[in-house]
Amino acid sequence: MKRKKVRITIKKVILTLVALIFAISFLLPTILTIANSFMSSTEINTNYGVIFNQYKETSYGERNTDYVAEKVNLKFIPDMVELSQYSTVLLKSPEYLLKFWNSVILVVPIVVFQIFIALGAAYSFMRFRGRIREIIFFVYVALMLMPYQVTLVPNYLVADWLHILDTRWSIILPGIFAPFSVYLLTKYMRRIPESLIEAAKLDGANEWQIFTKVCIPLCKGPIASVAILVFIDYWNMVEQPLIMLSDADKHPLSVFLSQINSGEVGLAFAVATIYMVPPILIFLYGEEYLVDGISYSGGVKG
Amino acid sequence: MPGKKYVTEDGIEYKKHRMSKKDKKNSVLYLSPSLIGVLVFFVLPFFVVIYYALVDNPISHQFVGIDNFVNILQNSSFQQAAKNTATFSLVAVPLAVILSLGLAMLLEGNIPMKSQFRTFFLSPMMVPVASIVLIWQVLFDYNGVINQFITNLNMQPIDWFKSSYSQIVIVILFLWKNLGYNMILFMAALSAIPQDVLEVATLESATEFQKFWYIKLRYLSSTILFVAILSLINSFKVFREVYLLTGDYPYDSLYMLQHFMNNTFRSLDYQKLSAAAIIMCLVMCVVIGILFFAEDRYGKDVEG
Repeated sequence: MKRKKVRITIKKVILTLVALIFAISFLLPTILTIANSFMSSTEINTNYGVIFNQYKETSYGERNTDYVAEKVNLKFIPDMVELSQYSTVLLKSPEYLLKFWNSVILVVPIVVFQIFIALGAAYSFMRFRGRIREIIFFVYVALMLMPYQVTLVPNYLVADWLHILDTRWSIILPGIFAPFSVYLLTKYMRRIPESLIEAAKLDGANEWQIFTKVCIPLCKGPIASVAILVFIDYWNMVEQPLIMLSDADKHPLSVFLSQINSGEVGLAFAVATIYMVPPILIFLYGEEYLVDGISYSGGVKG
Repeated sequence: MPGKKYVTEDGIEYKKHRMSKKDKKNSVLYLSPSLIGVLVFFVLPFFVVIYYALVDNPISHQFVGIDNFVNILQNSSFQQAAKNTATFSLVAVPLAVILSLGLAMLLEGNIPMKSQFRTFFLSPMMVPVASIVLIWQVLFDYNGVINQFITNLNMQPIDWFKSSYSQIVIVILFLWKNLGYNMILFMAALSAIPQDVLEVATLESATEFQKFWYIKLRYLSSTILFVAILSLINSFKVFREVYLLTGDYPYDSLYMLQHFMNNTFRSLDYQKLSAAAIIMCLVMCVVIGILFFAEDRYGKDVEG
């Protein structure tokens, strides 16, 4: 009996260790980003100069004279915690804040309206079924699976016809109608027991009341989790702005961040850390929803 | 279709009567905002794409039939790109499913600090793409951390991004980014398996493997399909990172269909682009058809 207990304990320790190793390697890039953002640009250059300094020039055209270590140095604790990168980002150059704002005004309308519109569509897919309905749903799933480069052509054509190229609408409008959240919400809504809706009907509820008073409250978790997924996806968009917005002033920070000159890696880490704040906040607030809302998942057709 | 028998997901048969006029109106009303948007922004312009694929150029509008399709199928960079994308998805998606199921079962086991672990595994979702790219460079650059480690072991350093290893680097990136979310999907599904079934199996002295193979997998089948779909979508999205890491013309084995389409878009070759888009669309429709079929076949029998 005792031996069995010991065996179980050993098994538990090993499993925990395995999980720990995985977890650390998963967490590493996040920690690295944050840690690097507190290093001075000199220290960053010393550590990573071998990799990023092939050009040896900063964006100002000066030659970089910092000491560069022979080998790349992976450090999690800065020699000296400095906020110089942050002060550059937040105080000296308004462009970063501007791009951050660009991100916000692109992503927030997409998330909000995509979910509103998807709720209606999902409700319709749940309440009323039929041959045509299934075909439409198939088209939605097909669209959802297409890589952006396939839908890019239709999107671009429409943006051109509507004369919204180079405006934010060329990204916001296709984003609002993206079928991803329709698919997920339909799947969740189809799990709502028919009896609940019948009961509401017997109580004299009309469609609108069933929709707003029965379905939406039951879907709070899924709505939150879909919102998180859509937000994170669009918060990191790169391809859409590059194609739709030729005016770099309108680009979101995600694009700008990816174009930061390799001489300014330290800055990039600081900007990335700032850019991570909204997802982290949303995550801290919504992680439970992300987990709970999903528990009814499963199946392709819903 | 009055009186036709329908079966709900719970396996209950019911007769659906013809929709009343009011119902029909309602059903259209709730769907219409989304449907109009999808029609305007995706479906209708797609017909124009089909038209573009059938003419020789947008100015003379000479109808050329399937010439554009033949051309593109013979185009060597298209072939390369299609091959790379297919290989990547065929390797990455099953790996994502298997590994995330493994992680979920690991966390389902009796280990402490479950919710912290869960958060750790989800953390990659929050890291901005650009920062992922920087860190992957630090790790996998020729002078990077991994190669330094390898040389310390007295082995030859590997040029990760410019060799046949490059797909491996991207697969690792993809897995790192997506395992966490897949894992919580599986954890939810695992906890939904009725305990009494497993207890009976234990009483019948089933081994752990038998319990997994004959019971858990049956209950997980629909989640497996769902995770496979999400992973497939995300396997296309990994292009963002590949693009930022390696630019328009990466090493051969990293040249994805998205690269091909991006570059064709930039050279304004609408015929090529439209034909490629349609081919890709057809392939995806086949894939979805298979998935729907698989769900009908395996997904529903133990649900509910």
